[in-house]
Amino acid sequence: MLSVSGLTKVFDQQSVFSGFDLTVTRNRFAVLIGPSGCGKSTFFDVLTGVTPADGGQMSWQEEEVCHLGDLAAYMHQKDLLLPWFSLLENSLLPARTGGGDLHQARSRAIQLFSRLGLSGYEQHLPHQVSGGMRQRCALVRTLMFNRDLILLDEPLSALDAITRKSLQSLLLLLQSEFDRTLVMITHDVDEALLLADDLYLLSVKPMGIREKIVLHGDKPRRFDNPELLAIKDSILQKLEGDIDHVSC
Amino acid sequence: MSRANLLAVVILVLLLGLWEAACRILVIPIFILPPPSAIAKTAVLHAPLILPHALITGLEIVCGIGLALAVAIPLAIGMFAYSWLEKALSPFLVASQAIPVFALAPLLVVWLGYGMAGKILMAAVIIFFPITVNLLEGFKGCDREFRVLFRLMGAGFWQTMRLLYWPWALPHFFAGLRVGVTVATIGAVIGEWVGAQKGLGYLMIQANARLKVDLVFAVILWLSLMGLFLWFGVGWLEKKSIRWKNI
Repeated sequence: MLSVSGLTKVFDQQSVFSGFDLTVTRNRFAVLIGPSGCGKSTFFDVLTGVTPADGGQMSWQEEEVCHLGDLAAYMHQKDLLLPWFSLLENSLLPARTGGGDLHQARSRAIQLFSRLGLSGYEQHLPHQVSGGMRQRCALVRTLMFNRDLILLDEPLSALDAITRKSLQSLLLLLQSEFDRTLVMITHDVDEALLLADDLYLLSVKPMGIREKIVLHGDKPRRFDNPELLAIKDSILQKLEGDIDHVSC
Repeated sequence: MSRANLLAVVILVLLLGLWEAACRILVIPIFILPPPSAIAKTAVLHAPLILPHALITGLEIVCGIGLALAVAIPLAIGMFAYSWLEKALSPFLVASQAIPVFALAPLLVVWLGYGMAGKILMAAVIIFFPITVNLLEGFKGCDREFRVLFRLMGAGFWQTMRLLYWPWALPHFFAGLRVGVTVATIGAVIGEWVGAQKGLGYLMIQANARLKVDLVFAVILWLSLMGLFLWFGVGWLEKKSIRWKNI
């Protein structure tokens, strides 16, 4: 279980968030949704220890930690593949830097390549394959971290609609097949509704949780469900209200 | 042959033709301006004389590049790793560029004598700056997201250097080296002009004093060829080591 309590971050005497609380139960898919510029990325920077928090605690599996830098894997909207390494070498980076058994890691990576439909592209360089394949490779690399918690920073927002759809199902595999706990930040309401178990609607300035919505039903969900559409409408209304409020 | 190459050849031929024609029509004495044909003839016929000197100059340039790299690479890495080191050293680096290095040449003769050491140092001093600065800029240009990724993967500084920063900075490094190798030739030759017993610069001064202008030009031709060779050598090395840029 990931638990964050009273997390505070101040920039230039303006608090980005103060007293932020969040609890994500093991193997859940939590999605934080809010408008751009609400402080989501700063929140991830604090979680991963890139910038220090100005107050608050976080814990993982009941154990208090300073940050989640050594505990979480991370996937960004850019695939962040190194252009000078093949897809396979890219996916092996966490094993190389983590000092694990490279031989074992290699066979596991090749297994994951075939599971995620990348078989035969192991030796390709990133620029030789499509954006969707690059992001799938980034997904393999994320799994190769061998960490139970995965932080997703708008991981699919740079992809086109069709590629996105197939990758959404792959993200769900992280939860269903690989038993990971996921925390994703996004501003895409549709994506959040399709993937999340727990949806956290964020308020702005300072960032806080304004509403938690628990979603049910098999995933990936479909938008022919009137209940889901109603939720979507209400979320959009609230977010729009926020934007009007900010611009006033 | 591409259109660009064709045009380059045409321009070269035109220039040489114009030069040749001017020398013949205006009957310019050979000790003032020899025609290209005479220069080419001298460059080939005097090859046994020129070659040993060219080898010396070439060795000076290569050693100068090696010395510059040996200082520039650790310095750039150090300045990248510790920003206080960069802040402390950058005024000196800039100041070292403000000194007209060629003016140091006579001093280097006094300090290091007529041998190769002074010329190597001269070449090294000139090219070390563009290489250091370019490499440092290359390291610093690495995207923040990649740094964060490596941090989260638990990579140490040297590991990140090897896997991320160094390959990232390679194109910048080669840009600096490309500029460097061509200027290194100038450094070595000026060092030889001021005081040497061997080398193409020395040969030039000797030939000039005896009004053997065709030999002077022949040496310049050899020097240019060496500079071109180095330029393309670096280009070849760059292509070999940066295959991912050929998108």
